[in-house]
Amino acid sequence: MKLTDDEQRVLDGSEGDARAHAMDLLLRYGRALGAERLVDTDNVCGGFVGALPGRRDLLPPVPEGEDRDMDAVYSLLNLDSDVRLDIPPVKAMTYRLIDAMDPDKADVQRVSQETKQIVADVNKFCGKTGINACNTCTPYQIGNMPVHGQHCAWMESSAVVYINSVVGARTNVEGAHSASAAALVGKIPYWGYHTPEGRRGTHHIVVEHDVQSMLDWGLMGYWIGEKVKTKVPILSGISATPPPDKLKHFGAAAASSGGVEMYHIVGVTPEARSMDDALRGNVITDTLTFGRKELEEAYGYFSTATSRDVDFIVIGCPHASLTQVKQVAELLDGKKLSPNTDLWVFTPKALKTMADRIGYTEKIERAGAHLMSDSCAALSKVSPADVKVAATDSAKQAHYLPAIMKFPTWLGSTEDCVNAALTGRWDGGLK
Amino acid sequence: MNKTITLKGRSVVSGVAEAEALVTRQRISGFGGTDAMTGEIIEVRHELCGQSFKGKVLVFPGAKGSSGWASHFQSARLHGNAPAAMIFTEMTTKMALGAVVTRVPAVTDLDQDVFDVIKTGDIVRVDGTNGTVEIKR
Repeated sequence: MKLTDDEQRVLDGSEGDARAHAMDLLLRYGRALGAERLVDTDNVCGGFVGALPGRRDLLPPVPEGEDRDMDAVYSLLNLDSDVRLDIPPVKAMTYRLIDAMDPDKADVQRVSQETKQIVADVNKFCGKTGINACNTCTPYQIGNMPVHGQHCAWMESSAVVYINSVVGARTNVEGAHSASAAALVGKIPYWGYHTPEGRRGTHHIVVEHDVQSMLDWGLMGYWIGEKVKTKVPILSGISATPPPDKLKHFGAAAASSGGVEMYHIVGVTPEARSMDDALRGNVITDTLTFGRKELEEAYGYFSTATSRDVDFIVIGCPHASLTQVKQVAELLDGKKLSPNTDLWVFTPKALKTMADRIGYTEKIERAGAHLMSDSCAALSKVSPADVKVAATDSAKQAHYLPAIMKFPTWLGSTEDCVNAALTGRWDGGLK
Repeated sequence: MNKTITLKGRSVVSGVAEAEALVTRQRISGFGGTDAMTGEIIEVRHELCGQSFKGKVLVFPGAKGSSGWASHFQSARLHGNAPAAMIFTEMTTKMALGAVVTRVPAVTDLDQDVFDVIKTGDIVRVDGTNGTVEIKR
């Protein structure tokens, strides 16, 4: 790794201990990667400070009558520092990803007093350091839409694959520590998807099935991720330009089953005007066909549930767009959920505000369902009491719920999920 | 019959550790795939589901899944459940950062197929400083 004079000065402490430590962390990380240098970034999205379960039990106790020392928390959990550092304001434009709860639904989500307090402490810290606490896995839906070619340092695999592939921005999947360090110094290792050669396609996926529904797109993403793992698939055979929501589901699924951080769709995504454009001199490693058989194979991966009595339905993973919220509102309008089910729909707070204004929220909540923000069932580990069987319209959420929450989980269309919430019975699946 | 096989590769995180190997040809998820409180693999479709990497030399292709990978492995370390060392074959940002914050010796780019050479239960010495691995049988 070769540092510029400015980077070296920061490493030497010219801007204080926290920025020096951040630079050192990025240097060690860059060396581990085999990177040769850092690149400037002014767009960071990260999971900031450990309010999430599994992390919060690492927080030091707060002395009676004192405020939580958030700088100490950030030093340990976000910068992996053994000593407490004074955390200065962030240098890069920085957005926060998902939080541990929705403050407006804290009781429904059954979060502890401790969680509420940590969430409040973290928000205060975000204000102090200049981190935009937007608390969503989809910053690109609420105003952080990078420019084509912009070097970013984002966490959240579903957001990374979206901005790399659909927008043409440049980011690797960062972790909490690298994103937190990047926020403080405005740098990230120049490696992988930052480089033109790292973005070239490797596998050709010939799409023969007429992929239409959100479920189809999710299953195709999951299947491709399973096959190409962390490589860069190029899809051909997609004739009509898919809407953002379908690409959002597709990428999220491919990132969870395999680790896909970038894909190309010939004639659709910005770096794939043609097959040659997507390959840029690369040789295709493998060619795979995605047809009806593969769609069924993908659906077969989701076989954790057997009982058709469902009690918890999750929609909005990644966080739902206003279009998806509207669809749920229309499906629920004038109806009542089964007394045996809960339906939670997750969307960014900014979109929830619009849903409130338009009346979608009222239609959803009058039916007995909840429109929630800031959080997610699997990541925030929130659920109703005594869930036995869950259902979701998201391949990504269906991947995580059985592992994290131990809920056997059905996967189906949004309509299947709403029907299950209304009847208490699962009658969905691949049509 | 005691014999030692030596592999040469590239240092990712320095330090030396020797322990029993836990080998999988499947990538590992951090968040949602492992439990930081026990070191167990919890992904239901993973071949190591139910087994713990705590104190083992973890031999695997690399990281997959959520970007919380490094946080998860840092948590495992802080809870005392980290692997003793890591040997992996596929470099990704999750893997590099995860190795850095797990702070255990880590190597990659070894000169033989580690999945052919190293078996679960082998005693393996990982020299992350020099990028070498010794397998003792």
